[in-house]
Amino acid sequence: MGKGWCLFFLFWPIAAVVSCAMAPWIGWSFPYDNAQAASNLGIRIDGLFYLILIVTAIVFVGTQAAIVYALWRGANNREERADCVHGNHKLELVWSIIPGVILLFLAIYQMNIWADFRIKKFYPEVAVKAPIAEVTARQFEWRFRYPAIGKKLQQKPQPDDLHSVNELHVPFGKPVMIQLRSDDVQHSFFLPALRIKQDALPGLQIPVWFEANKPGTYDLVCAELCGWGHYKMKAHVIVQPEEEYQEYLKTLTEQQFYDGLGKIAATENGSESEATEK
Amino acid sequence: MSVLNPSPTGLQPILKPQAHHAPGNFITKYIFSTDHKVIAIQFLFTTLLMMIVGGALALAVRWQLAFPWESMPIVGPWLFAAEGGQISPEFYTMLFTMHATVMIFLVIIPILAGTFGNFLIPLMIGADDMAFPKLNMLSYWFMWPAIACFGMSFAYAGGPAAGWTSYPILADLPQAAPGSGTAQTYWLLGVTFIGFSSMMGSINYMTTIINMRAPGMTFFRMPMTIWGLFITAILQAFALPVLTAGGFMQVTDRLLGTCFFYPSGLVINNAAPTVGGGQALLWQHLFWFYSHPAVYIMLLPVMGMVSDMLSCMCRKPLFGYKPMVISMSAIASLGFIVWGHHMYTSGMNPAVGMAFMVATMMIALPSAVKTFNWTATIWGGKVQFNTVTLNCIGFLSMFIVGGLSGIFMAAVPVDVYFHDTYFIVAHFHYVLFGATLFGVFAAIQFWFPKMFGRMMNEKLGKTHFVLTFIGANGTFFPMHFLGMQGMPRRYADPYLHGYLEHLLPMNQFMTISAIVMGAAQILLFINIFYSMFWGPKAGRNPWHATTLEWTAPSPPPHGNFDVLPIVFHGPNEYAVHNGDHDFLMQTEKECQPPKPAEADENNDTDNDQEQSS
Repeated sequence: MGKGWCLFFLFWPIAAVVSCAMAPWIGWSFPYDNAQAASNLGIRIDGLFYLILIVTAIVFVGTQAAIVYALWRGANNREERADCVHGNHKLELVWSIIPGVILLFLAIYQMNIWADFRIKKFYPEVAVKAPIAEVTARQFEWRFRYPAIGKKLQQKPQPDDLHSVNELHVPFGKPVMIQLRSDDVQHSFFLPALRIKQDALPGLQIPVWFEANKPGTYDLVCAELCGWGHYKMKAHVIVQPEEEYQEYLKTLTEQQFYDGLGKIAATENGSESEATEK
Repeated sequence: MSVLNPSPTGLQPILKPQAHHAPGNFITKYIFSTDHKVIAIQFLFTTLLMMIVGGALALAVRWQLAFPWESMPIVGPWLFAAEGGQISPEFYTMLFTMHATVMIFLVIIPILAGTFGNFLIPLMIGADDMAFPKLNMLSYWFMWPAIACFGMSFAYAGGPAAGWTSYPILADLPQAAPGSGTAQTYWLLGVTFIGFSSMMGSINYMTTIINMRAPGMTFFRMPMTIWGLFITAILQAFALPVLTAGGFMQVTDRLLGTCFFYPSGLVINNAAPTVGGGQALLWQHLFWFYSHPAVYIMLLPVMGMVSDMLSCMCRKPLFGYKPMVISMSAIASLGFIVWGHHMYTSGMNPAVGMAFMVATMMIALPSAVKTFNWTATIWGGKVQFNTVTLNCIGFLSMFIVGGLSGIFMAAVPVDVYFHDTYFIVAHFHYVLFGATLFGVFAAIQFWFPKMFGRMMNEKLGKTHFVLTFIGANGTFFPMHFLGMQGMPRRYADPYLHGYLEHLLPMNQFMTISAIVMGAAQILLFINIFYSMFWGPKAGRNPWHATTLEWTAPSPPPHGNFDVLPIVFHGPNEYAVHNGDHDFLMQTEKECQPPKPAEADENNDTDNDQEQSS
């Protein structure tokens, strides 16, 4: 009877390990057909993930096997009494110090990635100098505000700013930074392909930078409960070559400021706003 | 605490509880009882009832994820006739909010502290009753206003729709979630009531454990169960006021127009811009300052109980009693400085995130030490494969997964990806369902004979365990893969997004597993109610355990012990030569000489009932 139970407890860790080993082959791993992250930082994060996965997999297999083996021995124990052991000081030291060292190593090892990712001092200079757009989350859509062509993003909305909804275009080949804010409740800017996530906090403006390593269209979703339509905040980030990006901005300008006579009204407004700025 | 008796061993003065009369009529005996055992059983049945509610809510959530926008079977057409039986997205947010609320506040915390804390603390330390019996009664009866408040909040259209974490601004301003006006306020009141209930309980447990231990019961002779409950009580007493204060601040934000949690200039749902000066992040700090220790409140008692049960079922002393106590204390004290790991993506200072990360990594260490000690306890034991053992191993096996997936969460850069995805859902269900509930199932089976004087059925118990174990792993393990693929939590319809479209079959598999798991709980209820009346009678000590509660009659009468227990040993003295036993009760001074050879074969003592293997 006891041995049957040992097999029962052996079965599920095996199933777990097998399904994890199979996962990358049957599309159960990272999104977009197990694609590696679409940014260099994301690839480093994936690397950290796989490192932790290896450590935890070894511990998982080891502890589960030890439990089953101990149970197996316990089921076969023909002695009249169990071993009378109250503990072992040396063993306790060994299994406190080894995991302690491993955990401390993991903790220190990842600090670089985190610093590059989020500490403002380490942000790429190009990105910090010219934030590409302001991203405003609201129930239940994403709004994007780009500065007019050739201008810098201002803290306050300008009359010549370009606006779009649920579609963020960014140029390929350089790190970009957005200013993230929220109009109403809390949201979270989640780009699964780039391993980016940052909550949009009402009342704060949070700079977020990223750099895709290949052009493409990436899903942008909301990861913080923001009301009944939380699941509907469907948007895309489109990473495209610089020329296409400029082309896009031009089309956006035309759409927004076309006055019906073939002129673009934005230029006037633009100079005006610059004047007031000065 | 009126009578002070000199201690027979000179180790510890005995403080008697405020004498309360033996109950007279039905109402004082079973309803407004001050007897800790009756209160424990009241807690047990209330929490089991709530477990049905919480489980039903979970199944409704799973239904929507597996068969989105399809008519919910049985209750759908009746509840949402207007929507053709569909779960609306508003209702979906209410479902998962209430599932978490019910399971955390009305099932897990009260079943551990309320049921097992109440029942075991006086019995295991050798006291007549709790230090404050009336307070104890109140702590149970404060659960009911909480249940009423949660029920009312759920009944309102719009309901509590902000998740159990109740993050502002969604939870703070009524216009953010249409219809949630009164409902969210009731929800907050419910949390406050249940907070008072826990608070009264924890003060009582601390006082009882510190002051009312039997003579000879030093701190390091206390069973691990008592250590777990003691540390839990301390955690509760120090962390809970913060949540209660935060809750009040949110109530005043909602009702009195204060602005703790919202800044100026928010235009919510086309209402007028807000005028305020608050900060939503403040709530997260206040909330997680309680709710992270709360995770350990939901785990430490189980760790203690499993230590005692495992040692008894393996007939072996607990491996490393003191390291176990120290690691438990380490978990509790580190538990106070890791709350920030819930907030890596929240927008707080990223440098602070690093500090929280190191503390969080280090909290994995005592958990690992405990796991190794449990494994070492089994090692070389004479394992008895009964329902109690199986559930304990289930606890251990699943706790390992929950603990290991926690390391991914602790690592900040990795957590940024996994935060608020199904990976985290998998993680905390492995801890809260996998570890805590399996521990609770084991504990119910183990202490049932002491509660009701009858044994539970082994066959039913084992079937229940197998189905639950398979169902739980089938439901929660695939969640890791959903998280890997970036499926966010709390989505009514994740398939709207291109990169999640192909996840439907996996979700359907999980829902079927969840239904199996839910259905298996029927066996538990049958087992409990059948065994209460028709189970074989248990003697005083059916498990041949060593702790004090097994010296009392089953069920213990008013006042618990017929002989005042005096303690001579630590709690887990198994595998000794004591007459024809292999265990030494805490009340036995020394081992008996072995009996003559012819008596050796007869292992059954007069009190024993049959135990299936």
